[in-house]
Amino acid sequence: MKEKMSDRFGWFAGEAATVADGREVFTVPADRMPEAAAFLKECGYNFLVDMVGMDYGDALGVIDYVARSENTADVVVLKTSVTDRERPVIPSVGAVWEVALMYEREVHDFFGIRFAGNGDMRRLFLRESWNGYPLRKDYDASPEANPVPLENESLADMDTVPSVEAGPDGRERTVLRPLYGEEDYVINFGPQHPAMHGVLHLRVALDGEIVRSVDPHFGYIHRGVEKLCEGYTYPQILHLTDRLDYLSGTMNRHAFCLCCEKALQMDVPERAVVIRTIFDELTRIASHLLGWGSMCMDMGAVTAFMYGLRDREKIMDIFEETAGGRLMANYNVIGGVACDLHPNFRKRVKEFIPYMRKMLREHHMLYTGNPIATGRMAGTGYLSRERAIALGVTGPSGRASGWANDLRRAEPYAAYGRVEFEELLRTGGMTFDRYIIRLNEIEQSLRIIEQLIDNIPEGPYAEKVKGVIKLPQGDYFQRVENARGQFGVHIASRGDKTPYRVKFRSPSMVLVGALKDVAPGGKVADLIMLGGSFDYVIPCIDR
Amino acid sequence: MWSFEKLTQWIDTSLHGCMSDGWALLVEFVLIGVAVLVAYALIALFLIYAERKICGFFQCRLGPNRVGKWGIFQSVADMIKILLKELVHIDRSDKVLFRMASFFVIIGSICTFGALPFAKGLQAIDFNVGVFYLLAVSSLGVVGILLAGWSSNSKYSMIGAMRSGAQLISYEISAGLSLMVIVVFSGTMQLSEIVAQQADGWFIFKGHVPACIAFLTYLIAGHAETNRGPFDMPEAESELTAGYHTEYSGIQFGFFYLAEYLNLFIVAAIATTMFLGGWQPLHIPGWEGFNHAMDCIPSLLWFFGKTCVCMFLAMWVRWSFPRLRIDQLLSLEWKILMPVCLLNLILMSVVVIL
Repeated sequence: MKEKMSDRFGWFAGEAATVADGREVFTVPADRMPEAAAFLKECGYNFLVDMVGMDYGDALGVIDYVARSENTADVVVLKTSVTDRERPVIPSVGAVWEVALMYEREVHDFFGIRFAGNGDMRRLFLRESWNGYPLRKDYDASPEANPVPLENESLADMDTVPSVEAGPDGRERTVLRPLYGEEDYVINFGPQHPAMHGVLHLRVALDGEIVRSVDPHFGYIHRGVEKLCEGYTYPQILHLTDRLDYLSGTMNRHAFCLCCEKALQMDVPERAVVIRTIFDELTRIASHLLGWGSMCMDMGAVTAFMYGLRDREKIMDIFEETAGGRLMANYNVIGGVACDLHPNFRKRVKEFIPYMRKMLREHHMLYTGNPIATGRMAGTGYLSRERAIALGVTGPSGRASGWANDLRRAEPYAAYGRVEFEELLRTGGMTFDRYIIRLNEIEQSLRIIEQLIDNIPEGPYAEKVKGVIKLPQGDYFQRVENARGQFGVHIASRGDKTPYRVKFRSPSMVLVGALKDVAPGGKVADLIMLGGSFDYVIPCIDR
Repeated sequence: MWSFEKLTQWIDTSLHGCMSDGWALLVEFVLIGVAVLVAYALIALFLIYAERKICGFFQCRLGPNRVGKWGIFQSVADMIKILLKELVHIDRSDKVLFRMASFFVIIGSICTFGALPFAKGLQAIDFNVGVFYLLAVSSLGVVGILLAGWSSNSKYSMIGAMRSGAQLISYEISAGLSLMVIVVFSGTMQLSEIVAQQADGWFIFKGHVPACIAFLTYLIAGHAETNRGPFDMPEAESELTAGYHTEYSGIQFGFFYLAEYLNLFIVAAIATTMFLGGWQPLHIPGWEGFNHAMDCIPSLLWFFGKTCVCMFLAMWVRWSFPRLRIDQLLSLEWKILMPVCLLNLILMSVVVIL
């Protein structure tokens, strides 16, 4: 890539390309971002994995992780920064990678960088009246700067969209435009709503029963996890990772452990590797069961939800016995796992596998074959493969559109390299595909567990680590396949016992972006069902 | 078979014995009114309990099990709670219509309930156009629902009410046409007469194929009229939180809730009366001993037994199926159910002529 970049661009000097963490890194000037991005896309890098805002102290910048959609393991890094801390402006890459439009709003919210050309520069999580940019190092966190507001956020703020455009004199200026017209029938779904899977707030413009547009608002349970991480030591941060996407807690924690272990160049005992894989797959089954159940409940079938929870309970019991925790197993630690397996573990997992197979048949019988359910799911919510890639929709939802993006296959971590399983792909991209792929993935997860459960090697379950862990200086990025897609951890370390910056890639956030794209034109009932079919988890968005 | 007529006759004669005709009539009206209201409330309490318990079993749960043995007093406790709750006033709502709406719904439901033949001789009022009356009065509820949605000043309520209007008016056609099949077959609209004609065999057996089809279409259309899943579009918990009664609280919400359960009972009771012989016991021609044994079971039990079977079917459907979408709902009615009902009516006419 380095040669290609130098060939294409006269301004691109060789020293601007380095290798960090096994990936090629290109540092480009801010005003060159769009053309560099467009060139990367030309070369096949059409999937923007993540965009990380950075405060380097003297400069503000962004780091884009870009992958090829054919092989999502092939990641290159595009970096840029600006020194103007008062009015930092970077050209938007949203025209190249559409998902960037949302990531840029997040960076804007937390770092105050405005992106010229991004048509929507509202803050993503915080209210418009918030003072300061929380992830900047010079942020004033005192309660006086931002007293607890007693009023709701004004609708005028929510529905007026500022954007940064080049003015007639060449300088950037802010342009405001209203989101809705006078005649729009706008209705709030959430933040408190039975089908919003948490506290998502959708402002939906309706025309009778038909959805005209969807405008998601995040941030109702934002806990500032990324900011908290900057003050915590690495083992402490582990406890926060479980609480992002709480349904794939084990996998998120796995990602963070892998990232630290990679930075420390530490080898994890085989036993721990296998145990982690089994736990990941059990978590995936539990998450898919809940995802399936809540999607059915969104469609009005409450009984299916109960069936999903009933089977998930078995997994929670298995977790509880070994790890102590149920939903938050708190099991992975840097260097291995927190404690050895409970003597019953193997027996209970082996009992669970045939039980789950039997129950899967029941689930199919109860719901998949139901004419009302299939009638509602067929032909609605079409997401094409191209759109899925452009919007960064990974995981089961992306695979339902025919995009092979399973990291367990593309970039095998833990024990996934040596187990046999099928990466399920469907070509329909319809709601039904997203529905059925989850149930079918449960079967694949059972297969993986089946192969590993009798082959857990003996030996230590964790590597000894020092009391205080210091990661060597540098940027580290590690992804795992969680139940909703690619979950990424970016750690920027300066060699201290606390990280300089931590960023999590939330697969759920882009799923809401996809909902925004897919829902218009459908009915209100479809909107709710689509929300269920994408199966997003709000705490993962509101990190 | 013991008839309730003996009891009602006795009350009538003893009242006439001790007061003038006008007063006796007034006392009888009051007594009937009280009896209907008490039965209404008791059946509602029973139904709420039964629904929660049955739904619990469908979902591998126990259902209510804390208040009293097996939780049998759970719905009583719920009733007390709902009576004690505050009636929330909605800002900028249409106060008068808002208050009136819940009464429309419950009055429509009680009026229908009062005209049902519960047992032999136990019918408050026996019109010669009974079926017509049932259809007319039960459609009063939709006015209440539309008013509730309109007056609440809430977008969820509004959408729910509009859905409800479309749904109830559509499905009333099918329900009415299904009942017409039996009216054509029996040649009368009087409920007591319809029940009496089923003494030697219920209409579902006697009425050939058209009666069976009409029974099925009535169950579907009637189920849709009760606003219960899979036809619970107007409430659609996961979409509209609670639909047309989102903004109601306390006993006003309780009225909607009661009416919903009683409509379930009413639909099942009408199905029983029209198709399953009402309070008539099961008689098989030729089996004298069997018929005699069946006669020993009180007519009240027969009626409630059959109604409970129909209600159980409705609950079964509700807790198994997902919700329909509005366009599916309407195309089911206008493209499938109504043509079937119309053809069925013609078929029944042919059967009657032959």
